Amino acid sequence: MELDAALLSRLQFAFTVSFHIIFPSITIGLATLIAIWEGLWLKTANPVYLQLAKFWIKPFAITFGMGVVSGIVLSYEFGTNFSEFSRITGAVLGPLMAYEVLTAFFLEAGFLGIMLFGWQRVGPKLHFFATVVVAIGTWISAFWIIAANSWMHTPAGHIIVDGVFQVDSWWQVIFNPSMPYRFSHMLLAAFITAIFVVLATSAWQLLHSEHKTMARKGLSMTLWLALILTPLQVFVGDLHGLNVKQHQPVKLAAMEGLWAEREAGVPLLLFAIPDRAAEKNHFEIAIPKLASLILTHDADGELMGLKAVPADERPNVAVVFFSFRIMVGIGMLMLMVALLGAYLRWRGNLYHSRWFLTACSYLAPSGVIAVLAGWYVVEVGRQPWLVQGLLRTIDVVSPLPPERVLFSLTLFVITYSLLFGVYLYFMRKLIKKGPPALEQLQQQLIGVKASGYAVALVKQLTPAQEKN
Amino acid sequence: MELQLGLPLFYFLLLGFAILMYVLLDGFDLGIGILYPWFNSDAEHDHLMRSISHVWDGNETWLVFGGVILFGAFPAAYASIASMLYLPIMLMLIGLIFRGVAFEYRFKSQRSKIWWNRSFAIGSSLAAFCQGLMLGVLVQGVDANNLALSSLQWLTPFSLFTGLAVMAGYALLACTYLTMKSRGAIQQKAARYGQRLLLFVMLCMLLVSLFTLLTQPEIRVRWFAGGYSLLLMLLPLAAGLTARLLFRDLGRVQRQFAADTDINSRHESRPFWLAATLFLLAFAGLVVGLFPYLLPRQLSFYAAAAPNSSLTFMLPGILIFVPLILAYTLWGYHIFRGKVEDYQEGY
Repeated sequence: MELDAALLSRLQFAFTVSFHIIFPSITIGLATLIAIWEGLWLKTANPVYLQLAKFWIKPFAITFGMGVVSGIVLSYEFGTNFSEFSRITGAVLGPLMAYEVLTAFFLEAGFLGIMLFGWQRVGPKLHFFATVVVAIGTWISAFWIIAANSWMHTPAGHIIVDGVFQVDSWWQVIFNPSMPYRFSHMLLAAFITAIFVVLATSAWQLLHSEHKTMARKGLSMTLWLALILTPLQVFVGDLHGLNVKQHQPVKLAAMEGLWAEREAGVPLLLFAIPDRAAEKNHFEIAIPKLASLILTHDADGELMGLKAVPADERPNVAVVFFSFRIMVGIGMLMLMVALLGAYLRWRGNLYHSRWFLTACSYLAPSGVIAVLAGWYVVEVGRQPWLVQGLLRTIDVVSPLPPERVLFSLTLFVITYSLLFGVYLYFMRKLIKKGPPALEQLQQQLIGVKASGYAVALVKQLTPAQEKN
Repeated sequence: MELQLGLPLFYFLLLGFAILMYVLLDGFDLGIGILYPWFNSDAEHDHLMRSISHVWDGNETWLVFGGVILFGAFPAAYASIASMLYLPIMLMLIGLIFRGVAFEYRFKSQRSKIWWNRSFAIGSSLAAFCQGLMLGVLVQGVDANNLALSSLQWLTPFSLFTGLAVMAGYALLACTYLTMKSRGAIQQKAARYGQRLLLFVMLCMLLVSLFTLLTQPEIRVRWFAGGYSLLLMLLPLAAGLTARLLFRDLGRVQRQFAADTDINSRHESRPFWLAATLFLLAFAGLVVGLFPYLLPRQLSFYAAAAPNSSLTFMLPGILIFVPLILAYTLWGYHIFRGKVEDYQEGY
């Protein structure tokens, strides 16, 4: 088989970016939760909040570390594998990323050191401040990268001079038509992802560990948050869908599995197997007229189908179609869990319902899977374009020797598979180990700054002697 | 004309600043990883890791910053340099991944500790070596007739040599960092290695300078026939003086320790600043040879510059945030000032 550098470069980018997104979608929400717990601890002096913060800061640290190292790769991959793309769009996308680094990356990195290692160097208020700054840094980072990504879907505010993009209006570039929707949808998704990681862990701890007080607090808080955020996400997702209909109708047609050039009263497909060659679906299970109702707010509304554009301007329909159903399916499941949790709380047996807790404990990866599926809808749905309607992916790949890309792709697959296994192993280990005991937390925080060393020193010496 | 060149020049200088910051900061941090195999006990390794675990992330951010400034301000240069140096960049990234995750996992592991030690040492060394390799390519220049991405022209004896030289340079920085941040045996070891590394680094600088002057007439002319040659002669002179001071300080730290007197704290911290000065001077020498090219004799900074709309858009961000970043980075270092305490617990 002839190796294709373009295909390999695309595979490599898809693989490395998919790996990366797992970690920020957890840390954005987790940093926020840790900041909330620390703030509540300062306000109420209830040590269980400190215990939550101290417990989750460890999984947070390894997740953040994974996000950092896998993120650096991406900032260079545009140039290495998509050199033409970088040359043509650099003047638009480069400055957005420069702002991301200036306003977010340095901020996160600068205060992360204090958040992780500064417990004995700074007072509790300053520590809280550092945690809040890290959390805000993650949001700002999401803002810029979503702006850059959204511009590739709904480009605006640019002019093309000699085949190269230049910016006419930065306001329009940043707040391009899909940006507000994508940003809210993604930020909510990140919060919900972290909420379900904590929810699942708390449920597991209620069932299997002795840290019941902390686990109850964690479960209760995350279920309240889920009850507010999951319906909100359904609403925002619907708005985002309408935005896709307006600006990327081909992607929407792929999401809905709609082939006919135009169709009125479109049914909502629960299941089907799209067939690109035959330009139709097999084994459809559908609810009549529902898709039209959702997308046009009229049961007989018209939608554009895939056949409205030539075959070489259509994305891989099956990937988009199934990814979309996975995302929505998980979203509905999360909504149900939130509602069920509220019902059980009302009935007063939330913490004792073993079947509910068991079910919850399996939901830890649900958010991550939904986020990945959602991004496949977004990105695969835009193909064959890299910048919607303007730049085809295939035209802007670096003319590298294929075996060189194969080499790096192989390295990434090996490295990342290994690291992912290690990450899961350590997450499991940290969660099984549980939080520091409450008494120990008090002791550790007796003195801050210099006096804290003494306490820490004593603590370090005593267990060592006891062991002997 | 003046004004049009002004902005690209500003970004050229900013890029230089970002690279210099990266080399100094991640330099000592990667250097710790390069020195790692020369320290044996678990306690020493703990200490080495602990001395940088709170700063490595921030230090590495300068690499990302350099990358995006190149991307945003000089897209054409970013595109051609990154794809030309495909393999060294990829290997560097893999190296950075392995060393980065070692910080998180090593302290949480027991049986697998030895693998995280290896991951940290090999990853750091690989990243530093690849950076030196790329430096070599930039110094040596690239052949205009052979710009195809399939060529392996970044792989030459010269670039392999600069790869080793940069590793030694980073290790030297790390030695001076440890002299400042450690006590006792580790400090003494660092000071001792530091002296040897310094001699090797000076030899490398000399050889690279000679090689460049001999093989590249344009650079020779600039150093010896230009109007500034007297001024430029100050660079090697200052480098020699700095190296002498550095060597003496590292010696003093060892003698004072041997004589069991209190080590003068100025002598402990000055080596780091002297080593940084040495890097600064070497970097200045490099810029003298390269200016105004991003890719030697192929692509100048003004030819590669992004349109004005992009350069002006980034300007307020840079003018506001770079000073802020420097301020809170400095504050962060201030909070963790003084010696690294081994009993200090992390998060």
